[in-house]
Amino acid sequence: MAAENVIEMLHITKEFPGIIANDDITLQLRRGEIHALLGENGAGKSTLMSVLFGLYQPEAGVIKKNGQEVKINDPNDATALGIGMVHQHFKLIEVFTVLDNIILGAETAKLGFLQKKEARAKVEALSQRYGLKVDLDAKVEDITVGMQQRVEILKMLYRDNEILIFDEPTAVLTPQEIGELMATMKEFAKEGKSILFISHKLNEIMEVSDRVTVLRKGKYIGTVETKDTDKQSLSDMMVGRSVQLEVQKGPASPGEVVLSLRELCVPSKAHKRNAVDHVSFDVRAGEIVCIAGIDGNGQTELVYGLTGLEKSSGGSVNLCGEDISHASIRHRSMNMSHIPEDRHKHGLVLDFTLEQNLVLQRYNEPRFQHGGFIDRGAMREYAQQLIGQYDVRSGQGPVTVARSMSGGNQQKAIIARELDREKPLIVAVQPTRGLDVGAIEYIHGQLVAERDKGRAVLLVSLELDEVMNLSDRILVMYEGEIVGEFDPKKTDVQELGLYMAGARRMEKGGQSV
Amino acid sequence: MKEKWSALMEQDGAKTVVASLISILIGLLVGCIIVVIVGLANKVLGIGAAWDGIRLVLGGILSTGRDAVGNLSFGFNPANVGNMLFRATPLILTGLSVAVAFKTGLFNIGAPGQYLMSTAATLIVALSIPTAVVPAPLVWLLAFLSGILAGAAWGAIPGLVKALLNINEVLACIMTNWIAANLVTWIFDGSTWCNMEEFGKTGYVYKTSFNGVETAKWGLDVIFPGSQVNWGIVIAVILAIVVYAFITKTTMGYELVSCGSNRHAARYAGISDKRNIVLSMAIAGGLAGAAAALYYLSGNTEFFWSTYQSLPAVGFNGIPVALLAASNPLAIIFTGCFMSMLNIAGQQLTNLTGYNEYITDVVIATIVYLSAFTLVIKTLIAGRKKRAAGVDAKVIPAASQGAGTTPETGKEKEGEGV
Repeated sequence: MAAENVIEMLHITKEFPGIIANDDITLQLRRGEIHALLGENGAGKSTLMSVLFGLYQPEAGVIKKNGQEVKINDPNDATALGIGMVHQHFKLIEVFTVLDNIILGAETAKLGFLQKKEARAKVEALSQRYGLKVDLDAKVEDITVGMQQRVEILKMLYRDNEILIFDEPTAVLTPQEIGELMATMKEFAKEGKSILFISHKLNEIMEVSDRVTVLRKGKYIGTVETKDTDKQSLSDMMVGRSVQLEVQKGPASPGEVVLSLRELCVPSKAHKRNAVDHVSFDVRAGEIVCIAGIDGNGQTELVYGLTGLEKSSGGSVNLCGEDISHASIRHRSMNMSHIPEDRHKHGLVLDFTLEQNLVLQRYNEPRFQHGGFIDRGAMREYAQQLIGQYDVRSGQGPVTVARSMSGGNQQKAIIARELDREKPLIVAVQPTRGLDVGAIEYIHGQLVAERDKGRAVLLVSLELDEVMNLSDRILVMYEGEIVGEFDPKKTDVQELGLYMAGARRMEKGGQSV
Repeated sequence: MKEKWSALMEQDGAKTVVASLISILIGLLVGCIIVVIVGLANKVLGIGAAWDGIRLVLGGILSTGRDAVGNLSFGFNPANVGNMLFRATPLILTGLSVAVAFKTGLFNIGAPGQYLMSTAATLIVALSIPTAVVPAPLVWLLAFLSGILAGAAWGAIPGLVKALLNINEVLACIMTNWIAANLVTWIFDGSTWCNMEEFGKTGYVYKTSFNGVETAKWGLDVIFPGSQVNWGIVIAVILAIVVYAFITKTTMGYELVSCGSNRHAARYAGISDKRNIVLSMAIAGGLAGAAAALYYLSGNTEFFWSTYQSLPAVGFNGIPVALLAASNPLAIIFTGCFMSMLNIAGQQLTNLTGYNEYITDVVIATIVYLSAFTLVIKTLIAGRKKRAAGVDAKVIPAASQGAGTTPETGKEKEGEGV
């Protein structure tokens, strides 16, 4: 087998003031291979790809294409070399049609008039050849996330790119869509295209890649053949210590009902139907109940209706024996901790300092204020205690502005604030989104510890691994309704996927239809 | 030394101060250029007047008129300084009014209306309670408080409209401004109440000193002889300190600022954003009201209601005062004084040179306009540093902690914040 290198990044060093993001990293991409780039957040994966894509200039090292040294000064150079990238956050214009988005920047024109017919023919041919189904005339804002990703892939193909970079492409997809993407990637590789696949999901890397390069804290750890390794050793390489991939937890011992929803309805802002449609379930003390489902099936609204951020239009919410269906947010929070879905929108005031954020839910308690004046000393002391206890790392401790903290530590700060309030119910919405293995391990451990202290935990997650690992009971939500209830020990990801996609549903009483 | 300097420049406060100073310098420079252009273009003025003009724009506060041979003379001029403080009083307060609203994420462009409503309330109370029956200081206090209340009530209206109907406060403020202007004119025009007429001058109300109500001078007239300054400036400074303490040290201030910084997070924490919008606008209105009350209670100011079919400039001038201070209540004390100093300089320019008052207004307006560019300059400072360092400076502290951020995730956060 000819190990021909299409792209070689040799001894790349990229420094930012105070930190070396890439320290002497070498990456060799062979023709026709799927090469995974694995590392935690902050390991330097994206910096390395930005260097390849011309967004950053390295301080040292060379890039070679087909053995020839090249200089990539900006993304246009990268495109000219046949390098394309699907970014984690899609770069699409929402109000343009799919076709317009694909040709944008590479339009064919005659006398200043767009020649869309040729473009359409070319895109249609590509779309058929690879089974990338898209509706060329739909506006991007109206299509699903999965289709948006296919648009991004078509963009690269339309430009005849030979080297395809996928930056965490599966984060937004359903299990079925992930399967399709994997198949497409393999198809590309078979045709001789080379793929760089950035991820920290070990399952996917094991499934699809030929080789894996691992980075840790800006350093090159090694490159291994996928067939010669396994998940555990990859994750150990990535984190630098032995990591518990499986959540360690004993059996649950559910106690009294803490939260009880009956026929809860929450109106939708997007359409006339209810976003949450007559949902009923209980959560007991000492168990973790997980709401699984594809993004946008009413999970967000369910949490809004439960926490009071949105008014419910029917049904009841009962918390600790009290009907809170119409109670204020503050009243509800007396018995409820809430780790919100969007840490920047709801979880933090980004321009406040860490200590101000840590008292966001309790600045009003007598402990932190006297006669309406905030007790700075008490606030500082409390912040320092939480920072130590939950290992929240930041530049300047309690007075760090929240905006300047890393995502993982912002999340830890929210978790510290919410768990320390010691309320009987914990509502955790996607608590580990965008975090790396180390932080996920920690947060999962905390939630299990809270469960074991006898708290009721309601977890909303889009990550099936998390759902399977952490929950004691799984409820699948589809189009605003609960369509199935499962014991994680007696089900698998494939079965859940079918319910999540609406292909199957359980009638009340547990019969599948 | 260089390191110390860059460490200092890392601090947000230091950046703001430097940016404000640069804005002021640019403003003064452009003002001087206009003076020169106008001077050279006008045969009567010429280069000599232009040189005088520049010196007066930059040092008008220290101008002592012209000496025996007709050259400009400079030195400590107590009347000028006193008048600067007197005129700074309402500017500081309208500046505070705008700043408090800014802190809650609201743009109070309604200060002129609040100012006018307070003017009417203050004058009516100060002139209608006979000082023969009620002691004058008590009447003063009542008039002051009713001015504040009138301003607060008028400010609360756009707040309520915003909180309950989600109508943009800028629109509501502009409308309430004009309602106030016409309402106040109508009140004094329709009645003949306390209307003065002397030497053919009509359309204005008695000074409050006609009823023996005026703000005490208590020694300030000794320090600054020949000026109008009174203890109103002290009250304004105290109010600035009170507002500062309110915003930074109290739970109410914490709620207000959290609503302004992130309304969603505030709601999540159980803070009523609607209540805080109304509260913030009412406080803003009260401060604009205090500005009018202190100005007209000085006893030597006349209220020409007939001109108030337009809006009082002091209300709008609160906006640049607040912007230049980056909404810091303590800094507003100084920026308010700076604005009124420009006013004095303009007056000197009109009185001592051939520049007429309209050109003077253009020069002063230019300086005010450019001075309000603090934020732009601040962004430029940050941008220059960013380019020099090759990366966004804000990301580094977190990244260097090794706590797991990448430069690109940091950048993304930045983007969302803007």
